[in-house]
Amino acid sequence: MEWTRHLLIVPILLPLVTGASLLLIDETHHTLKALVSLASTVLLLGAAVALMRMADGDPGAGGVVSLSYAVASWPAPFAIVLVLDRLAALMLVMTAIVAFAALVFSLARWHKAGPHFHSLFQFLLMGLGGAFLTGDLFNLFVFFEVTLAASYGLLLHGSGAFRVRSGLHYIAINLAASLLFLIGASLIYGVTGTLNMADLAVRLHAVPAEDRMLLQAGAAILGIAFLVKAGMWPLCFWLPSAYMAAAAPVGAIFVVLTKVGVYVLLRLSLLLFGSEAGELTGFGGMVLLWGGMATIAFAASGVLASQAMGRLAGYSVLVSSGTLLAAVGMGDTAVVSGALFYLVSSAFATAAFFMLIELVERAREPGADLLAVTIEAYGEEGEETGEREDEEIGVVMPGALAVLGVCFGCVALLLAGLPPLSGFVAKFALLTGMLNLDGLGAPAEIPPRTWLLVALVILSGLAALVAMMRSGIRTFWAPLEAIVPRVLVVEVAPIVALLVLCLLLTVKGGAMVGYTEAAARSLHDPSGYIQGVLGPEPRAAAR
Amino acid sequence: MELTLATAIGVLAGSGVWLVLRPRTYQLVIGLSLLSYAVNLFIFSMGRLRVGAAPVLGEGGAGVAADYADPVPQALVLTAIVIGFATTALLLVVLIAARGLTGSDHVDGRESR
Repeated sequence: MEWTRHLLIVPILLPLVTGASLLLIDETHHTLKALVSLASTVLLLGAAVALMRMADGDPGAGGVVSLSYAVASWPAPFAIVLVLDRLAALMLVMTAIVAFAALVFSLARWHKAGPHFHSLFQFLLMGLGGAFLTGDLFNLFVFFEVTLAASYGLLLHGSGAFRVRSGLHYIAINLAASLLFLIGASLIYGVTGTLNMADLAVRLHAVPAEDRMLLQAGAAILGIAFLVKAGMWPLCFWLPSAYMAAAAPVGAIFVVLTKVGVYVLLRLSLLLFGSEAGELTGFGGMVLLWGGMATIAFAASGVLASQAMGRLAGYSVLVSSGTLLAAVGMGDTAVVSGALFYLVSSAFATAAFFMLIELVERAREPGADLLAVTIEAYGEEGEETGEREDEEIGVVMPGALAVLGVCFGCVALLLAGLPPLSGFVAKFALLTGMLNLDGLGAPAEIPPRTWLLVALVILSGLAALVAMMRSGIRTFWAPLEAIVPRVLVVEVAPIVALLVLCLLLTVKGGAMVGYTEAAARSLHDPSGYIQGVLGPEPRAAAR
Repeated sequence: MELTLATAIGVLAGSGVWLVLRPRTYQLVIGLSLLSYAVNLFIFSMGRLRVGAAPVLGEGGAGVAADYADPVPQALVLTAIVIGFATTALLLVVLIAARGLTGSDHVDGRESR
């Protein structure tokens, strides 16, 4: 095994070691903790990019590639295995970028609002990296739990009654969903005798007809657990208030959490119930499609009805979840490719939005915002340690309102899917895929449900535009009290960076679409994934 | 044997679901615990029920693999129990915090009228 293979374990080990060692550093050493955490996240980003190059590098075998890493060096179906392919690498890079931006943003003040912010943040990254890389169902559960446990802590970061109350709902619902996850995974194990995803895909063919119902029940229960995480209607009512309650950098990284649910659904539905699954082909696709459409409709009305911007952002997350779920439900290669592009673009946009909201709200009621609650709950710890003038440290952004206004406009363009930013390209790729199922220009019969989905995607963009314009006008053009917020450069920089990345996604759209198309193709041909895990000879013949 | 286990899982899960749907935080945490017991028993049963099978090795060393109980569900249950402990402990902390901050043990932080 060449040494580069060991990179596969880095996205799990690095945050784990960093998070654990950060526990040992005393809370008073803010700067040291921040530096360690930042360095680790930069390394993680580097590793993720290297992994992406590895996943994308091998042009052999029609561009289909998956690399596996046997953690304890046991042969594949028996022990823990990590699998890297284009989809996993894309998710890792996206996570690392959003995490880096959120971390930089938190350095302005949030990371001092409560204990162990950096450790929890790193553990969250570890869980996310593991969930994207793992090759079997049970480790997926374990990494899901790691992610969720860290997210419980992060959601409560900064404390306050509203946070604790939404956190309570969030934790209870996710605990119940985890139990469903266990039931589903163990049912599937009971029927097939394996938890390894690749092995599962091979063994599905051998499941006797009388056990098929049980298998479908298991898969459906498992699916519900992921749909709770992804926030499909009617399992999503917890999401807007939980995301609204989270501190700004936490909300930004939480955007990735919903994408994990979508990722797993995409991975499992195409691996297990793809075109080669016989009678099971397309299992659950219609549920995802209609559920996704219901989610878009619900979230778009939520976007229009939201008064507070935090709630608006929460519903925007739901809109993108619904769009992605419906696209996964259609399951076509071109649609999935567009969906992956949309996933990255919408994750950047909503993450930037969550961070932007805090800065914008600061313009409205300076001092009286959430930080007051924080000080109340934690006491003014700064007073004793002589760090009262913390607020003065850091370069204050000149022309803050103008910069915030431009950023707000960009986010609105991204969420609504208007040119010139990547939201437009993403929606264009999605719609092109939906309307040209048989290839570009080929006359195709388009079923009414596809038209409905197209209409919903476009209308949800309109709803986002209307809501964002309303909020923008109320915030930036209402000259009630001309308070210019104090905004630090370190707070604006990550937002601008994410938006510039979205612009880059447009400029380099060709390369990106090429990558997502290759990823979607290899998802639709699971034999590459299976060979990568089980070795060059899939053992289907042996059974 | 099957009937006993199935009844136990059913009773635990039924009581758990009922308690989870109640409005008090204490009922919530007990309900989630009961549900997780039900799920743990369920995972265990997925390894097939055997009476008197050797846990690791039977007398006379390694024999036929079919003589042993399936170890994978046992490992899964163990992991699930540990994770269940940890998350329940986390939930308890949040419950206490919510009680302190809102002055009520209602899950919404205020009594419904």
